[in-house]
Amino acid sequence: MDIEMGLDAHATIIFWSMILPLIGAVGVVALGRWPNLRDSWTIVVGISTFTCVTRLIEPVMAGARPSLALPGNMAGLGLALEVEPLGLLFGLVASGLWILTSLYGFGYMRGHEEVNQTRFFTCFALAISAALGIAFAGDLITLFLFYELLTFSTFPLVTHAGTEAAIRAGRLYLGILVSTSVLFLLLAILWTANLSDTLRFTPGGILDGKIAGASAGLLLLLFSYGVGKAALMPFHRWLPAAMVAPTPVSALLHAVAVVKAGVFTVLKISIYIFGIDFLAKDGLSDILMGIAAITILAASIRALSLDNLKARLAYSTISQLSYIVLGAALANSAAAMGAGLHILMHALGKITLFFVAGAVMVVAHKTEVSQLDGLGRRMPITFGAFCIASFSIIGLPPFGGAWSKWYLVTGAFDADQPWMVVVFMLSSLLSIAYLMPIVVRAFFRPLPEGVPDGINEAPLLILLPICATALGCFVIFFYADSVYRLLAPAMGLGG
Amino acid sequence: MSDLASHLPVLQVLIPLLAAPLCFLLRKEAIVLPFTIAVSFACFAISMNLLSQVLGGDILVYEFGGWSRPYGIEYRVDILNAFVLVVVSGIAAVVFAVGPGQARRVIPEGREYLFYSAALLCLTGLLGVTITGDVFNIFVFLEISSLSSYILIALGLNRRALMAAFSYLIMGTIGATFLLIGIGFMYQATGTLNMVDMAHRIQVLGPTKGVLVALAFVMVGISIKLAVFPLHHWLPNAYSYAPPLVSAFLASTATKVAYYLLIRFTFGLFGAALVFETVGIDRLLLPLSIIAMFVGSIAAIYQTEFKRLLAYSSIAQIGYMTLGLSFATQAGVSAGLIHVFNHALMKGALFLVAACVTWRMGGTNLDVMKGLGQRMPFTMAAMVVAGLALVGVPGTVGFVSKWALVSAALEVDALWIAFLIMASSILALVYVWKVVEIAYFQTPEVELERREPPLRLLIPTWILAGAAIYFGIFSSYAVDVAELAAQQVFMVGL
Amino acid sequence: MTSLANQILSHWNYLAVITLMMIGLYIAISRGNLVKKVMGMSVFQTSVILLYVSMAKVTGGTAPILIEGRDDIIYSNPLPHVLMLTAIVVGVATTALGLALIVRINEAYGTVEEDEIVAMDRAEDERDLRSEDAS
Repeated sequence: MDIEMGLDAHATIIFWSMILPLIGAVGVVALGRWPNLRDSWTIVVGISTFTCVTRLIEPVMAGARPSLALPGNMAGLGLALEVEPLGLLFGLVASGLWILTSLYGFGYMRGHEEVNQTRFFTCFALAISAALGIAFAGDLITLFLFYELLTFSTFPLVTHAGTEAAIRAGRLYLGILVSTSVLFLLLAILWTANLSDTLRFTPGGILDGKIAGASAGLLLLLFSYGVGKAALMPFHRWLPAAMVAPTPVSALLHAVAVVKAGVFTVLKISIYIFGIDFLAKDGLSDILMGIAAITILAASIRALSLDNLKARLAYSTISQLSYIVLGAALANSAAAMGAGLHILMHALGKITLFFVAGAVMVVAHKTEVSQLDGLGRRMPITFGAFCIASFSIIGLPPFGGAWSKWYLVTGAFDADQPWMVVVFMLSSLLSIAYLMPIVVRAFFRPLPEGVPDGINEAPLLILLPICATALGCFVIFFYADSVYRLLAPAMGLGG
Repeated sequence: MSDLASHLPVLQVLIPLLAAPLCFLLRKEAIVLPFTIAVSFACFAISMNLLSQVLGGDILVYEFGGWSRPYGIEYRVDILNAFVLVVVSGIAAVVFAVGPGQARRVIPEGREYLFYSAALLCLTGLLGVTITGDVFNIFVFLEISSLSSYILIALGLNRRALMAAFSYLIMGTIGATFLLIGIGFMYQATGTLNMVDMAHRIQVLGPTKGVLVALAFVMVGISIKLAVFPLHHWLPNAYSYAPPLVSAFLASTATKVAYYLLIRFTFGLFGAALVFETVGIDRLLLPLSIIAMFVGSIAAIYQTEFKRLLAYSSIAQIGYMTLGLSFATQAGVSAGLIHVFNHALMKGALFLVAACVTWRMGGTNLDVMKGLGQRMPFTMAAMVVAGLALVGVPGTVGFVSKWALVSAALEVDALWIAFLIMASSILALVYVWKVVEIAYFQTPEVELERREPPLRLLIPTWILAGAAIYFGIFSSYAVDVAELAAQQVFMVGL
Repeated sequence: MTSLANQILSHWNYLAVITLMMIGLYIAISRGNLVKKVMGMSVFQTSVILLYVSMAKVTGGTAPILIEGRDDIIYSNPLPHVLMLTAIVVGVATTALGLALIVRINEAYGTVEEDEIVAMDRAEDERDLRSEDAS
């Protein structure tokens, strides 16, 4: 009885963590006329949401799987939420970074004097709710529902500027994400429904023994390409296009929530629909592995040649996302663990980098890498944070990225895929090559003449989140163990 | 009371039939409007009651004048036609509730009573076609609904509405006459007009020449009414020049009733074995459905008028329905029926949005819709919701349809058809998004203040748009009924 | 040869039906004059009436008026005749509505020739396009 009571309490927590951002969105609309009140409200809601999600850590680590059946059913299948370790981690990342991004967003949007801020923060809250829905989805249908909701709720954010370029980018964004999800993902889900009597995420997978050979490979590819948000090449173009959005959107959504929702979905499908063991059989995931490897390298090389800072970061994101896909495709516990950890580590690093890009845009109105000469001297804290985050992305200790890369490489060895080890190494080198020059330029090149004295550190609202996430990159290195313990049961690594 | 309850099947048709001339006599708008609303809601209540009576598997038979089969005419209600009755009368109740009053320009001024009596007659015809168990009765009611729909279309403000109505009249009459010829041959072959009796005798007869000729004529006749590709040419003009309220009503009911007839004749009267195995109609219907899905959607993309765009989209959506039927499986028919219900909701909502836009801007050219997202936010939000439903976004009714249809395709191992269904829904995204972009991102040529249409127009719009979401999330009501209906069609036949 | 001739002669009413049907359908589809279209449609509908009446004929049958005490009389089938009464009503209504529409079309366009109406509509579209370009 006790356990049941406990689970009901957890269901309530799930309910509130999903519903709070929605209430937040309504509140934002209602308070639209009073910007200060509206923004404080967003923060309050953000903190409450995050608190709700953190309260799920304890039961999940204790082995419980809190669940909540949503009212309604689509196509005769009920909607269900179930919190498992991987989803919880993603939920924590999304809701936690939402608070920081909101703070940053206030500074940025006001500094940039953006219009329609109410619509902006409303859609933002809706997007977070959808991201949490993806994180906690208990079956494929529920996941698909929130996946599409996330796409449509972020569309107004991408086209926020309303310019011709923004509309074109929005078209590409929607076109690729919806086409892939409908053409491939939905088809794959329906196919799965045809094969198996359940669509629930089940430890060990549900497909083993029901499909084999080339069809299984095709299904895996349909799933992987269907999740367009994972930005596997050649369906990656939407991500650089989405960079026309205001920087807080690029930071939270296109470095964390949306793209991580994509790779999270791939990872979750690999673990809970196919099952790691099934994927490892007969080289089922070899093709996916190859595609991920090519994406990692090609995106890194593309990033090298881009001068626009946000575009360069976008391609870096594409490359880093494929780390996670590759981790799933390597199909063993260590690689899956690496992939899971990378969701968190890359999120912390990449959001910092975007925050910095936005700060530079607000303060110095610079968008290109070649314009950054000497700016590090004027904005030492900002660029210091950039440097830390870059180290983490590259995978240097003592920063968080080192751990995820460690497990990924271990996983590649375990899977007897030396070439994949080479890919990881090469891509690390490439990431040094596209990130470090920015730091070097900012700190060691002389400031060009004619830069006004007014350019200094960014406003506090912007600076604070930057420092927090950069610090996070560092601190998490020492606390990676607890994240490992959280994820271990999901990856079949024991308690 | 119980006496009255036993007469419900006939009241379903009788009430609107008597109400129509009354409307014409009453004339005064203040009386006609509440009267029509009351009548349409009564019809809706009756159809709901009928559905609840037959849902258990019983079949209601109402014999006229106590003459039993095969001598008399009977009305026959099973799950399939009760379901269609609910859709038709429900849409009628919502659409008719939009009064002319302030909603100027939606129905021509001074002709409101004509609109209402024609609309009620049209409703009578549609309900009659659906409920009757007599083949010749189908023809008569079909002509009642068609003749009144020509009148309704001709009420359009643009003079082109007249030509649209005229072309529809010619095409529609040819279609109905084909049906009549088919019915004649069926009668000649079987010597009965009662549907149950006829189905039984056709089964005994087998594919004789007379039956095959009858099948050919009936199929072509229904296909014209249903606007199956390539017999769809009357539809775009008719829907785009008719008054928007008329388009809303016809688009969500008339083609649905024709689809019902298609199911009734193929699975009920002629029998699936004859239609699909002996004649192999699916070999024709399946490719035509798929072509309709693509041609309709692609044509919709290039339209510059909102209602015309919706009309072409209807052709594509009818393709989905006939595709479901052409699988000749229970899942396929059930998917088609689910889409009948869902499409009625979303197309109804979209045409009502067109009515809102017409009220505000005097037309529905895409040019005048520029920037309406800011100027009519609630109307345009309904448009986005219903449009997304058309695309099949999860959480809307469109997703439920798509799921059912693709499942049915996968059930017969047609992965490529499943893929094509998905691909055509991407095309739907293109034409829906084209309108969304115009409404939200383009600046209007003339500055307009923010103003919504009157609530009488906005509330019905949102009822349908809201239903498109509600039944997308709580889909089991419609899905269960459609599945039961399909099951009955397959297990019991007629 | 004689059997074929027999066939034709014994089914001459059906041949007439088919001929009328084709003539009607052809006129309804191919004529540009709207009044002719309606007339063609009418011919088409009338041919169906003949079809039904033909099938009701029983060889040697007489009008189906029941005569008490006689059971050796062959009657024609009354049902198709009755059905055709309804069909005639429907046909009249359709023709009337078609003609009424033509009157309205004539008022609106000043012509009842389809080509001219289509040309007028097209000219109107082009004018709209031009004025749009100009603005």
